[in-house]
Amino acid sequence: MSRQSNRTTDSKKMNSELFTLTYGALVTQLCKDYENDEEVNKQLDKMGYNIGVRLIEDFLARSSVGRCHDFRETADVIAKVAFKMYLGITPSVTNWSPAGDEFSLILESNPLVDFVELPDNHNSLIYSNLLCGVLRGALEMVQMAVDVRFAQDTLRGDNVTEIRMKFIKRIEENLPAGDE
Amino acid sequence: MADDALFQFLHNEVIQYVYKSAENGEMENGRCITKLESMGFRVGQGLIERFTKDTARFKDELDIMKFICKDFWTSVFKKQIDNLRTNHQGIYVLQDNKFRLLTQLSAGKQYLEYAPKYLAFTCGLVRGGLSNLGVKSIVTAEVSVMPACKFQVMIQK
Repeated sequence: MSRQSNRTTDSKKMNSELFTLTYGALVTQLCKDYENDEEVNKQLDKMGYNIGVRLIEDFLARSSVGRCHDFRETADVIAKVAFKMYLGITPSVTNWSPAGDEFSLILESNPLVDFVELPDNHNSLIYSNLLCGVLRGALEMVQMAVDVRFAQDTLRGDNVTEIRMKFIKRIEENLPAGDE
Repeated sequence: MADDALFQFLHNEVIQYVYKSAENGEMENGRCITKLESMGFRVGQGLIERFTKDTARFKDELDIMKFICKDFWTSVFKKQIDNLRTNHQGIYVLQDNKFRLLTQLSAGKQYLEYAPKYLAFTCGLVRGGLSNLGVKSIVTAEVSVMPACKFQVMIQK
């Protein structure tokens, strides 16, 4: 019956709204606790990092992607599998640097910022900075050191949200002394 | 659609943050629980508004509680409340035998003392939801064996 199907799509939407609203409450609380936006950005990044190091395990357990052979494959997996699985959106991967170590994720819509408007006194707040931390933390757990930052943000008046990711280096696994 | 796991991770981070910032200041456990509960309250208010946009008017208090137990709980926690009891005088006990936010914590009595932290947000969620449906209440939670827990709703007239 049409009423029932309405319920299921509603419940899926509801879940994303739960996350969006909780994230909003968190950012509001952070803004109250810290005086300046830079501190809030740092906190969001740190929290995102903590989430990322755990999320990667959940991701690897649930998807059946194997090891990525290069950064391009990593970018595709992030955009097409990870974002789709957790946020229900598929950003596009563009703007590759000539060396192939830097790219942009373009998000047409950012579920974190549904219902959000930035007030005037928070111009340097990067609202979705949690995402940067998550990506950084998750990739660090698979031996990749990356730098993630927001290049464009719809909340600040840009048309799209753009996340710039730069590969820094491969993290060597440190074997404890005495091992071969 | 944001995944269930994502909300759980975020929820845990929020709890960690609130308790860490308490260590620096001089806040006791009670203040942290209150902070978490009021965050849940605001989220619950917003959530119930979005969810009941097209729902028919509720007949009475019991109808509202049944809605919370079935539709609201299903959309937030992917399952219904297992047992609803009431004394028909404004007190309702919602029992969830496998509360989603506690399943990862333990399956028995281990870490019981940490359980209240993980329930505060949900108490606020229920209180916020009820508040925007016109019902003033106090919501508390108790847990004896994880992951089962009981939420007690006391309607304020």
